[in-house]
Amino acid sequence: MDTVSGDRWRGVVERTWRPAALMAALLVVWHLVTVTGLVEAYLVPSPARTFELMIDKWSYLWGHTWVTTVETVLGFVIAGVLGVLVAVAMVCSRTIESTAYPILLFAQVIPKIAIAPLFVVWLGFGFEPKVVVAVLMAFFPVVISTVTGLKSVDTEMLELAATMGGGPVKTFVKIRFPAALPHLFAGLKVAVTLAVTGAVVGEFVGSNEGLGYVILQANGNMDTPMLFAGLIVTSVVGVLLFLLLDLAEQLMLPWHASRRGAAVTTLPAKGGS
Amino acid sequence: MKTAGMTTTSASTSTVAISGVSVRFRSKRAETTAIERVSLDVAPGEFVSIVGPSGCGKSTLLKLVAGLLAPSSGSVALLGEQVRGPRRDIGFVFQRAALLEWRSARRNILLQAEMRGMNPAAAAERADELIEMTGLSGFENALPHELSGGMQQRVALCRALLHRPRVLLMDEPFGALDALTREQMNVELHRVWRETGTTVLLVTHSIAESVYLANRVVVLTRRPAVVQEVIEVGLPGTRDYSATMARPEFAAATAHIRDLLGAVTGHD
Repeated sequence: MDTVSGDRWRGVVERTWRPAALMAALLVVWHLVTVTGLVEAYLVPSPARTFELMIDKWSYLWGHTWVTTVETVLGFVIAGVLGVLVAVAMVCSRTIESTAYPILLFAQVIPKIAIAPLFVVWLGFGFEPKVVVAVLMAFFPVVISTVTGLKSVDTEMLELAATMGGGPVKTFVKIRFPAALPHLFAGLKVAVTLAVTGAVVGEFVGSNEGLGYVILQANGNMDTPMLFAGLIVTSVVGVLLFLLLDLAEQLMLPWHASRRGAAVTTLPAKGGS
Repeated sequence: MKTAGMTTTSASTSTVAISGVSVRFRSKRAETTAIERVSLDVAPGEFVSIVGPSGCGKSTLLKLVAGLLAPSSGSVALLGEQVRGPRRDIGFVFQRAALLEWRSARRNILLQAEMRGMNPAAAAERADELIEMTGLSGFENALPHELSGGMQQRVALCRALLHRPRVLLMDEPFGALDALTREQMNVELHRVWRETGTTVLLVTHSIAESVYLANRVVVLTRRPAVVQEVIEVGLPGTRDYSATMARPEFAAATAHIRDLLGAVTGHD
């Protein structure tokens, strides 16, 4: 028991010390750049100054962070549910796939920042246009990854299912959907980071709250420490949401190949002949 | 459910009746004939091996019987009933075990029961019986990636036998295994066949395997595949592996099949 948890901790340390060291190194570089006067303090504030401000203004930042987080999560959840439903429909019917695909692609390539003002005109200054932009940003990767996942099932498995006579619904629930989950999670992880961007873009265009607003205000006031603080908090929100999904994936798909660690490289490829 | 094969003695009806079946595939450029007027009758409880050159359409033949593929002409009947779509009254084993990665060995076997809506308690009991019979005991809870190729294929075999099918269709089931594991699996399969009395159609590349296991061996030609010869294997019902290998009938049958295949592939 003790050795097992000990091993686990050693594993965590092993995985995290390198990125942590890189982060620390970057902080040091940032610090050096500012203290040596290489860059003017009003252009790049020192890390100390930035973190001091974050502590001083924590309640202000926290309030706006909460707003952006809610918009992001709402947009992400809607995009996730819609994305999976659209993907299922596309896999079930080739007609739906060929009909919907061009429109999906079109919706994806439209620059979101360019259509965001339109949503403000339509939906006002509330949280709705931000959620819509977040949904638009996050939707596409979910659809694409889910379609790929649902199509990744072996034909042999589907033929077997046919001889078992379970029908399309049971085949979907017991075979197709679980088989698609690793792909789906890959899409969701991309989607959640894009949802943060979507929410912030929505806030840029017209809003009086949220991290996008904080950044824009700080920019207008030439308040670079606050600008940096806003950027850092926004990134942290994205990273935390990503890690949350990663954790959910590990809990839900313990069997998934990418989680098998060393076994993947030392065993012959599964299913190879 | 009755123990199929052993007690059923309706000699008049074949378990599998393939008559004058042709299969043509159409691609963009050309139409190819995979199988040409193949006929084959398999008696209840019989074990028939099908051998032939690579890509000659052996697998296609099994898919026809399973109803996964429709013939271009001719007809296939299974247990006295025309095959018109995927059949549920069979067990199918592919070369790849085709297991669900997220399910343990036992739950992969029970997939068959879940898909069919079988009584869970009865299915669980049957699964335990098969796990015991195929030597999977102790590996029930392992995930597929933790099992060796031979073990994975045992799981696939158990899954195919769970619902006591009257007919077992096997498409190169041991083709991906090493020689030693393959021999072990042959012995296992022989025992399982003796114990269950299931009718088996086995597609294989191994001449030794085809003869050791079967009552009859069907030799197909190169594409378009026609039946070149059907060999009656005059071996006793219960077969010890090494003793069977040493028998003159075994040597004669394998030599004859090798000759036939050599002739059709042009290496003589």
